[in-house]
Amino acid sequence: MSLFSNIFKSSPHGAMGMTTNQVMRTVCYATIPGLLAQMYFFGWGTLIQLVLCIAVAVAAEALILSLREKKVRRTLSDGSAILTGLLLALSIPSLAPWWVSVIGVGFAIILVKQLYGGLGFNLFNPAMAGYVVLLISFPVAMTNWLPPQELMLNQMGFMDALYVVFTGFSVEGYSIEQLRTLVDGSTMATPLDHFKNAVGQQQTATEILNLPIYGEYGGMASQWINLGYLLGGIWLILKGVIRWHIPVGMLGALFACSFISIAVSPDMTYPPTMHLFTGAAMFGAFFIATDPVSASTTPKGRLIFGAMIGFLVFIIRHMGGYPDGVAFAVLLANMCVPLIDHYTQPRVYGHSRKQG
Amino acid sequence: MQSELSLLEQVKRQKIWDFPGGIHPPEQKSLSNELPIATMPLLKRYYVSVKQHIGSTDDVIVKVGDTVKTGQALTGANLTMTVPVHSPVSGKVSAIAPHVSAHPSAKPEMTVIIDADDVQQSVDPKPLSDWQNADKDTLIDQIKQMGISGMGGAGFPTHIKMHPKKDIDVLILNAVECEPYITADDTLMREHATDIVTGTKILQHIVNAKVVLIGIEDNKPEAIAAMKAATSQFDDIEVRVVPTKYPSGGEKQLIQVLTGLQVPSGGIPADLGIVMQNTGTAFAVKQAVIDGLPLTQRVVTITGERVNKAQNVWAKLGSPVSDLLEFAGFEPEQEQRVIMGGPMMGFAILDPSMPVVKTTNCILAPSSYKLPPQGEEQACIRCGLCADACPADLLPQQLQWFAKAKDHEKLEEYNLFDCIECGACAYVCPSQIPLVQYYRSSKAEIREAEQERIKSEKAKVRFEQRQARLEREKQERLEKHKAAAEKRAKAMEKDTGAKDKIAAALARAKAKKEQKSETVKDEVAQNTEASAQEPMSQKDKVAAALARAKAKKAAKAAEVAKEKDSSQATDAQDSASEASVSQKDKVAAAVARAKAKKAAKAAEEAKSNNTSPSSEERQEQTKEQSSKAAKPEISPEEQARKDKVAEAIARAKAKKAEKQAQDAQANLNDSGSDTASSSDAQEQQRSNADNSASTSDDNAEAKTPEQIRKEKVAAAIAKAKAKKAEGK
Repeated sequence: MSLFSNIFKSSPHGAMGMTTNQVMRTVCYATIPGLLAQMYFFGWGTLIQLVLCIAVAVAAEALILSLREKKVRRTLSDGSAILTGLLLALSIPSLAPWWVSVIGVGFAIILVKQLYGGLGFNLFNPAMAGYVVLLISFPVAMTNWLPPQELMLNQMGFMDALYVVFTGFSVEGYSIEQLRTLVDGSTMATPLDHFKNAVGQQQTATEILNLPIYGEYGGMASQWINLGYLLGGIWLILKGVIRWHIPVGMLGALFACSFISIAVSPDMTYPPTMHLFTGAAMFGAFFIATDPVSASTTPKGRLIFGAMIGFLVFIIRHMGGYPDGVAFAVLLANMCVPLIDHYTQPRVYGHSRKQG
Repeated sequence: MQSELSLLEQVKRQKIWDFPGGIHPPEQKSLSNELPIATMPLLKRYYVSVKQHIGSTDDVIVKVGDTVKTGQALTGANLTMTVPVHSPVSGKVSAIAPHVSAHPSAKPEMTVIIDADDVQQSVDPKPLSDWQNADKDTLIDQIKQMGISGMGGAGFPTHIKMHPKKDIDVLILNAVECEPYITADDTLMREHATDIVTGTKILQHIVNAKVVLIGIEDNKPEAIAAMKAATSQFDDIEVRVVPTKYPSGGEKQLIQVLTGLQVPSGGIPADLGIVMQNTGTAFAVKQAVIDGLPLTQRVVTITGERVNKAQNVWAKLGSPVSDLLEFAGFEPEQEQRVIMGGPMMGFAILDPSMPVVKTTNCILAPSSYKLPPQGEEQACIRCGLCADACPADLLPQQLQWFAKAKDHEKLEEYNLFDCIECGACAYVCPSQIPLVQYYRSSKAEIREAEQERIKSEKAKVRFEQRQARLEREKQERLEKHKAAAEKRAKAMEKDTGAKDKIAAALARAKAKKEQKSETVKDEVAQNTEASAQEPMSQKDKVAAALARAKAKKAAKAAEVAKEKDSSQATDAQDSASEASVSQKDKVAAAVARAKAKKAAKAAEEAKSNNTSPSSEERQEQTKEQSSKAAKPEISPEEQARKDKVAEAIARAKAKKAEKQAQDAQANLNDSGSDTASSSDAQEQQRSNADNSASTSDDNAEAKTPEQIRKEKVAAAIAKAKAKKAEGK
């Protein structure tokens, strides 16, 4: 009987078994389809960014944790730093210079996450805050997306990508500008970017969408990448790691807005499918907006939060200065979370509906 | 809207509703529900906690060393929220002392410790077999006297629950047993379905419920079949099978599942017309009413991976947990956890001698592999899994932040007190935060703060009321004084009217003189002072004062004389006669002195009154006056009258006294004793006389025979003198 544990533990005396670490890991695994698609279209640079960002994220987190005199190993094991690094790596152009990644990840981990108190305390989505800082500070580097490899004039391998990231030039000495040249000699613009410019030049949507960078549903490359993230996201919902509310809210709002706009002026706006399958729509809906820490926590609130992001993305894509707006939309919605949470508390058992 | 239908209409829809949240932990029921309910062998010693229910406890009615029989009540049941405990065995009470209680804190509580004997006699059962015709109160009292309290969860006294303030339409028998591992109700239903149904009928009879619903989770097919068979003959009892989901056995959740209604926050099921009882309670009610047996044993599931023979047993209340575990073949692992209750809501047992009580449904010894203990707490990532699992639709992660910040206001705003502590949130939490623990301590803190608040509120109210009362009294005093002063002024104006009254009063007063002389004398003293302040012309006052002073002195003398007159006590007479030796001289001297004094004083006071004092001074004076006066309500007219009466009385007395004094002097030689020469001595003598009069019996005992004889002689002489004096 002396073997009785004398550690007092409150009920319940068991746990479901899914730990924070497992949650984070599951999210990481869920990015694999999208990651593979990204690598297929943008080359090895994606993987290089991935390793770089995760390494910087873990190092930065460890540094701050030791400065804050926290249990470094135990806290690192929650896997949240790895996930932040991963998500940022997937957002950055595959051939962005290494220092861009370092600054972005460092900002995300140190300022956005740890200085607010670490995991669970950050107001903003760290990956998106880091991304926005980079986008505003280094607009050229952050918009240097490569064209899909089959459209590239100069094919490139792993060593090329590595060289470009760390030196700015490929093994053969091509600069990033040269690498971005298409087969037809024009410079690559992202589908959303191009559409915006082309509409400004009085082209109609039908004309623009005939270009080779556009695929059947969205950007030629990005439609597949988005499909990959959609699959990963659905898997996450099935695993119970994320709830359907935010993605449905966001994609639903985006679809609804674009549906209305295409009905009003079909020549000036993207078709709804392009909204959903270009840019960071799916990635944002399933992997960014669903970051539990900075998102709304009530079921109704999550729907509103998602819808708000979808609406903001639509507005920014059509009227903003940037071709895509997921990062800005998420940050703006993060700011509204306390308000949303306050007004969307569920009706508690035994309370009348009016109070709810 | 669903909720607009009445309860019975809702029930008739035959629908099973769902409640939000809930979890599906591994059930682990088959570990223990395969074997029939075993009976524990007789143990050497039982620890019967005096308090095994919610509410109050009455006194222990047995003494150490008493021999008790099985079923004998150990405590009284004279309080409302009290049920007695009964001896589970026959044997000797070896101690009545604090022992570890079946509570998470293991706090020692008063316990009757009984050593079992070999004879095992029982008290005669007191059945109420004709329960259909017994009236409600008899049945309720029977249930109370048999010590029945809720056996499913909190241990609420059953007789209180059977006394709802509202009409009851539906009685729900909670046979859900949603906690993993526990199968006590399951096996009880399999083996004693008919008895449970009979107990349920009794309960239904008491509360007059129109419909009885028996809720059973669908993971107990044998129990469902048994209960369906047992209820087939009753039209008003329905077995409703509910889907297995934790915590559907929670009272509020089961009501929602079976009726689609929600118990209002802060309310009880009776507010909806529902009463809920547990299966085990129903069985105990049947035993109490039909068999007349008190509650001394219950079914306990002993289970977990660390016992060889997991099963249900009939355990006598008071059996130590260690014996139960031993019976089931306990093989502890390192850092073994043993839990009383289920894994979701039970508590860890820290002391194996903790006894089984009325609410103990399970002793669980799990392996850490099957039921992994919660790991170290990590940061909340606000994933919201807890909110999805919460059956009350609370926001557990928000509550957790507020609990950590000790923000009581926010906690209440987020309805902390609607938390039923089912543990679903903590179970699903990936960061392994002991959420329920946070809520429990926050609830305790809030309750404590509330108590403090109420206490200080009460103190504040008391203080304010006191302040108000003092202020009010002050105001009243001022008003009264003002009014009194005005009246006095008026009274002086119609002095002539007063004089007539005085004349009449004089006559009355004379008649009363004999019996009232004592009190009148006091009043004279006071009133002479009081009346001296009344505005009069200086001359009048001086005259009056002189008269009063005379009267006072005379009154004193009269007192002495009166005693001599009326006192039958020989000692008093004796001393009085002694006192009267130089009475005349003294009285004369004293009267003269007093006259001078009084006159001077009166003159002074009159002067100060004439110098038209400010109203404040006046109030001050009147205040003093009233505080001196025995009856501050006395109106000035009355005072004046009394003064006069007193004067008259005093004069009369003085005359008499003078006469007597003369007589006394005449007999001076006979008495032959010296007395004190000061005027104070007179007083002393008088008080001596009083004392000796009152204590004459005591003194008589203390005195020598010679003294007594002398005194008798003296008394005889005094008597004779008195007669003489009277005669004259």
